[in-house]
Amino acid sequence: MHIVVCVKQVPDPEAAFSMFKVDEQAKKVIPAPGLRMVVSPFDEQALEAALRVREAAGEARITVMTLGADSARAAIKHGLAMGADDGVLLADPAFEGGDAYTTARALAAAVGKLGDCDMVLTGRQAADWDAGVVGCGIAELLQLPVITFARDVKVSNGAVRVERVVDNGVDVIEASLPAVVTVSNELGAARSPSLRETMRAARKPVVIWAAKDLGLSRSEVGAGGARRVLERLFVPERRGACELVDGATAEEQGTKLAQRLLEAKLL
Amino acid sequence: MSARGVMVVAELSAGKLISVSREMLGLARQLVAETGGPVCAMCPAADEALAADLVAHGADRVYTAGEAVLADYDSEAWTACTAWAVRAADPAAVLIGHTTSGADLAPRLAFRLDAAAATGCVGVRLDAGMLRFTRPCYGGNVRETVSFNTRLAVATVRGGCYDAFPRDETRRGDTLKIPLDSTALRARVIERQRESGGDVRLEDARVVIAGGRGLDGPEGFEVLARLARELRGALGASRVPCDLGWCPHSMQIGLTGKTVTPELYIAVGISGAGHHMAGCGNARNIIAINTDPEAAIYKEARWGVVGDYRKVIPPLIEAIRALRRAGRKSSETADSRR
Repeated sequence: MHIVVCVKQVPDPEAAFSMFKVDEQAKKVIPAPGLRMVVSPFDEQALEAALRVREAAGEARITVMTLGADSARAAIKHGLAMGADDGVLLADPAFEGGDAYTTARALAAAVGKLGDCDMVLTGRQAADWDAGVVGCGIAELLQLPVITFARDVKVSNGAVRVERVVDNGVDVIEASLPAVVTVSNELGAARSPSLRETMRAARKPVVIWAAKDLGLSRSEVGAGGARRVLERLFVPERRGACELVDGATAEEQGTKLAQRLLEAKLL
Repeated sequence: MSARGVMVVAELSAGKLISVSREMLGLARQLVAETGGPVCAMCPAADEALAADLVAHGADRVYTAGEAVLADYDSEAWTACTAWAVRAADPAAVLIGHTTSGADLAPRLAFRLDAAAATGCVGVRLDAGMLRFTRPCYGGNVRETVSFNTRLAVATVRGGCYDAFPRDETRRGDTLKIPLDSTALRARVIERQRESGGDVRLEDARVVIAGGRGLDGPEGFEVLARLARELRGALGASRVPCDLGWCPHSMQIGLTGKTVTPELYIAVGISGAGHHMAGCGNARNIIAINTDPEAAIYKEARWGVVGDYRKVIPPLIEAIRALRRAGRKSSETADSRR
């Protein structure tokens, strides 16, 4: 079995937002210098899901794939240190200025180039744009079934069975492989890289493919192929008119708060 | 956006249109009022009564597969049905509520129809004939406004951002049946496990009491439940208590959870991070109860209490009861004087 896990490198989403600046003119979010770049948490959990599938199956080859600048090599390395077998880095200046569509297109082309992929896993959404579009896009472009928001992924007899998180519970969904699955935080925490795997990671093979290796022209990748036009980027205004309800004791605070609710006709 | 109109994908819960679907019909009517063109509704399970309901809520034409089993979301079947309807109706935009179903359907549909998708939007605006979508990103801390250079745009919109179209029984519309080849479906739903939850749907509750990391443990939700009973509200949570197993994931409110827009939102032990506020920022009135006076939630709140919720909530409940008793008494006195 060959599992491809698509990951994205993002500025650490756990960092306080004061570490970010929004340049409204340039329409860019600028992380503070030195802010850690990490694998987007849901993507890390997608890799965790792949590792669990491999453990249950006894064997599977796991490829970690990313599209990004040269710095995204670190995301591949992290995946290898968690236990993936090899890496694919899609890097090309022509990829710059892309959107969810061009990203999905390049990733789908790379999955197609690998040729023997049984399952593609990725996070439900990336921690920067929070769109949740690319996973479904890869599936549609490759004409594969897709199951989103997985909290559990199991493979047996050439089929994947997924517990999919829905608004009021869980749907259990089954699809024949090959298929695409996007993973949600309900899957549970991803493992940390072990020392042994980190040592081995340096010797695991990583290939680098550019647009022409994927058979994609300039009009199909990056800014040339993008469908999204970013019109505006801004920080939403906070309401900022909070009345602090104080009192000498908690009883007094509670009583005063109830009074406010009554006055505002909220009781 | 040309006069090609708008299609709304409508979702059901217990056989009824969910509120965000009615809001999408309202938004669609607003948009076509400017551009012309019809509002189509896609509802795979709609029967005659539901089709009439969709028309009364603003649809001019209803597309249905007429399959009762499709009342619950089925990704493969819904994508196939909606793609068929969109090819037939050729709208300029497809609007879907941002639920776990909508968030699955929108990107699939966009790629299948050579279009583009904006997910989790909080604003959809027509600007010089161009549709512009505003949505939270970067964990709810930033907003982006985007447009697309495709013929069709697909969007999911969060609940509570638009008003539903006032129900009008006199409206007329027609219904079209969609063919569905169920042998072409590649993923099957084996089982649907549902949490029993409270009586009120969290998304529709007028009062929501939500707990966060600051509850310090699952017992905290028992305290919140007492307040919820008193205010006839629903219980919610930020992501941390869900991930820690203090409460079910179905209670999660935020960027990756539910969107709620109640009259009153009481956030207890919640710091107010952007990803949480993305799910509750549109609540009419927010109360923050937190031990940390620096918590960001106070910037969003109308009222704040700095203190231990275990000590504040019991007297709050007592005071609410006392005020209600006093209210009843004074209205009785007024009645007896009449």
